[in-house]
Amino acid sequence: MVQVASLDLRGAADARRGAGGWARRWPWARSLVANPVTVLSALFLMLTVLAAVFAPLLTPHDPTFLDPAVRLQGPSADHPLGTDDRGRDVLSRIVHGGRVSLLIGISVTAAAAALGATLGLLSGYYARIDTPIMRTLDGLMAFPSILLAIAIMASLGPSTFNVFVALVVVYTPTIARLVRSTTLVTKQQAFVESARSIGMVDRAILLRYVFPNGLSPLIVQCTFVVAFAIISEASLSFLGAGVDPETPTWGNMLRDGQRVLQRAWWLSVFPGVALVLTVLTLNLLGDGLRDALDPRARRR
Amino acid sequence: MIAYILRRLVMLLPVILVVGVVVFGLVHLTPGEPAAVILGDQATAADIERLRDQLGLNDPLPVQFVRWFGGVLRLDFGESIFLGEPVTGALRDRVQPTVLLTLYALAIQISIGVPAGVLAAVRHNSPLDRALTMVAISGAAVPTFFLGILLILLFAVRLRWLPSGGYVPLAEDPVAHLKGMLLPAVALGFSSAGLLARLVRSSMLDVLREDFVRTAFAKGLPERIVVIRHALRNALIPALTVIGTSVGALLGGAVVTETVFTIPGMGRLVVQSIARRDYPVIQGAIMAIALTYVLVNLLVDLLYVYADPRVRLGGS
Repeated sequence: MVQVASLDLRGAADARRGAGGWARRWPWARSLVANPVTVLSALFLMLTVLAAVFAPLLTPHDPTFLDPAVRLQGPSADHPLGTDDRGRDVLSRIVHGGRVSLLIGISVTAAAAALGATLGLLSGYYARIDTPIMRTLDGLMAFPSILLAIAIMASLGPSTFNVFVALVVVYTPTIARLVRSTTLVTKQQAFVESARSIGMVDRAILLRYVFPNGLSPLIVQCTFVVAFAIISEASLSFLGAGVDPETPTWGNMLRDGQRVLQRAWWLSVFPGVALVLTVLTLNLLGDGLRDALDPRARRR
Repeated sequence: MIAYILRRLVMLLPVILVVGVVVFGLVHLTPGEPAAVILGDQATAADIERLRDQLGLNDPLPVQFVRWFGGVLRLDFGESIFLGEPVTGALRDRVQPTVLLTLYALAIQISIGVPAGVLAAVRHNSPLDRALTMVAISGAAVPTFFLGILLILLFAVRLRWLPSGGYVPLAEDPVAHLKGMLLPAVALGFSSAGLLARLVRSSMLDVLREDFVRTAFAKGLPERIVVIRHALRNALIPALTVIGTSVGALLGGAVVTETVFTIPGMGRLVVQSIARRDYPVIQGAIMAIALTYVLVNLLVDLLYVYADPRVRLGGS
């Protein structure tokens, strides 16, 4: 229904309400802010990002400070989320762990989007190189994704950078496949043919016409990839094949917490809740973005 | 149909080859000399040379690949460095828990996902629909290992109803076996159930708008019959694809779930082998799981063609 309104009555409605230029230029932005779930998710994620950026200023304790006097204490005034088996403050570790999660989530998505979009554009536009590229990516997609990540980490060894490398390899094929499918549709359009007929070079056609046309589904997909990457990083760290075990991350905390699960539930529950909330709000934001940017794929 | 199957099998070959190259390449991705990395700091030059010989690392890469891949095709993954037995044997001992866990999780996924999706579609836009959709979205945000930990906390630590881990073979004691597998299967199957429910819901909504559904209602058939016998059968066809891809997610998730619940399956073997740097085992297990996934997807695609003849007729 929003779609109909934005098609037919957009100009008239704006004029009546005296809406600013932004609502006319980006009609999707209005349907985005009209959805309270999306707005709340975006706000939560902004707070998470801020907390991660300013972690050292916000946290009450040093996340790596060992204090044997307060080992395995439940939530208290001094340690709101309790302490772990080496007396470290759980709240501080969770806030610092968010840095790693968000860093991995965002950097993996940026790199996978750049690499995947390039491969997808080339593969969709040039039929000659389509088959070799796509068959290779099919091969990578033949692995259950977490298993491919585990396999790569097993060879490279645990470190934050290696997690980044492994997850870029895992998520690039999905993005390439998506961009390829929109490219295949776009390159048949009349405006691409007319661009070619006036002598534009392929590079300019791809960047100026084909790529922007596939941008909406790409942005939506990227939101979900951030969420997947965060879950995968936590899973890898939980298995001991992720970020260096001494670095506070949600996955590492859950791994440490499982050893003392019988005695200290807070070591497992709180980092897990942080993980779930972040992933949930990312997914909700992705759903909202899809409804706003890509009305054809709208959920009913 | 036979031509279609053959074509699909031929299309599978490059995929299997790429899978093979990736898994083979794993050993050579390691920074530095693989044999030295495997043996650790205390190894002498002679030890390293012996292991290089055993692993065949002294041959040119293409020769190594052909020998290794030839072995894989005969289900021979080489010798484990740590366990002192052939990888194939080690895997065979650990297949049962992994396969059963995946199947139980699949059963849970289907038995939660399909009814929930149908209910949400039939009561479209009702509070029940919105509640089910919210549960499905939240379920997808809970990683399997964290759901597993929560289930252990509640049912094993707090209530003491079920064991927190371990494995009893099915043949030994079926009741204890099922009791032990219940929590891991729920942990693994629940989040995929949400995905399936959302898909069943949307394809049910499409089908319920079709003319033949209206005709069935017009004939005076009760809602139950129309929904189950007329609509659901058609709505499940697109769900087949999701079930196929979620086998991959379940197999991958089983690796993590086995670690949470200390189940001696292939996934736990992979995780343990990482610390032991037992590359032949890692390679063999990952190759076996990836090949299983590829074959399951082929099977699902063929089922799809069988269930929906339009695909076959349109394709050829």
